[in-house]
Amino acid sequence: MNKLDLGRRKLLSRALALGAITTLPGCDFEDLAHPDLVDRFLRTMLAFNDEMQALLFNPHTLAPTFPASMVTNPPRFNAYYDISMAPMVDPATYQLELGGQIQDKQPWTLAALRGLPQEGQITRFICVEGWRVIGQWSGVPLAYFLHRIGADTTCKYVSFKCADGYYSSIDMASALHPQTILALDFLNVPLTAPFGAPVRLRIPVKLGFKNPKSIMQLAVTNTYPGGYWEDQGYDWFSGS
Amino acid sequence: MGRATYHKPRPIHPWPLRLMHWVNAFAIVMLIGSGWQIYNASPLFNFTFPETITIGAWLGAGIAWHLAFIWLLMLNGLSYLLWGFLSGHFKQKLWPITPRAVLHDIGAALRFKLPHQSGVYNAVQRVLYLGVIFAGITIVISGLSIWKPVQLWFLTDLCGGFYIARYVHFTAMACIVAFLFIHVVLVLMVPRVLPPMITGGKLPEVQS
Repeated sequence: MNKLDLGRRKLLSRALALGAITTLPGCDFEDLAHPDLVDRFLRTMLAFNDEMQALLFNPHTLAPTFPASMVTNPPRFNAYYDISMAPMVDPATYQLELGGQIQDKQPWTLAALRGLPQEGQITRFICVEGWRVIGQWSGVPLAYFLHRIGADTTCKYVSFKCADGYYSSIDMASALHPQTILALDFLNVPLTAPFGAPVRLRIPVKLGFKNPKSIMQLAVTNTYPGGYWEDQGYDWFSGS
Repeated sequence: MGRATYHKPRPIHPWPLRLMHWVNAFAIVMLIGSGWQIYNASPLFNFTFPETITIGAWLGAGIAWHLAFIWLLMLNGLSYLLWGFLSGHFKQKLWPITPRAVLHDIGAALRFKLPHQSGVYNAVQRVLYLGVIFAGITIVISGLSIWKPVQLWFLTDLCGGFYIARYVHFTAMACIVAFLFIHVVLVLMVPRVLPPMITGGKLPEVQS
């Protein structure tokens, strides 16, 4: 009886795949080192979708903003580890390291970053899982920062490495969007460890996982840098 | 539309319709299965879909499957709407619908006295087909709203914002699944309607 049930279940999921070139479920993006035909099909379609999203991206379209009364504080925590494991970075000794196609690679202290023009926003943070929270972030507009450090903005990518080993990257057009900021504050007080202290990317034109926290290194490059989740199969562009 | 003298019998379902029907069937099964996987990451209601009937082993894979098939669904759906209007299919087959005819045919259907006439849609069929076309348009609009709430903000606004758009998307899915259930049950009850959807079939000679 048991065996029969299993067989039926298998049959059902296969019927659902309806001729797809796969035996579902469980073989897609399971073994990253050995991509099978399905993985390659999905990767091809993801690459196509990234192209479409880049075409759809309008640098002048702003993400909607919200009244302060709608801000959720504290925001919702999300990472691939528990909130108690969030990295602690000493703000006194913090330095943002720069790399890649940048003229002035002098590292930036927190005080120096705070000395730059700051901008605030109350925007919606949408998680790839489907939930959303509204928050108020402020910090240095990334476009300003990139120009200030002499970054080659004709490059394709801006990449980030974080204190917890997380890493991600974004396309240059989204990096130069006016609402993309290197956030230092949430509700006008310095970010706390679980929410990205001391510096995080706040980019409301992308999904939440494209907003790396506790950034230690920023680089400008033409070599595809990937990302922690992106390398496992999340859509790289993930624009909103 | 020459009324010349060729005697080639007209099919019950012309080939574009058959092609689009099966492409659509494939795309929506893939989209529903992967959509259930995505739903499970942040459920709207107090339940999740069993992993055995979702497509994609985890959220990332579910999204990859979903995004892989949205284009097929949208292109196919758009072709269907264009073809339906331009060929006169909608006008001939789905119109008119009168409340009286619908009530009459529902009554007949419930008493199992609604005969199936090849090539002619009864009022219940017309309502269901128009309803599922509407659900299809709604699911595409709400899906785009969830996917691109910044770039396609006007669609998101139309759906009542990002938060509501997820419920709209879910509801449209539920309507389509309900349609599919009825659709498949009816085919099982009247199996002779299945082959013409594959081969085209032959329309009976005398037609008004």
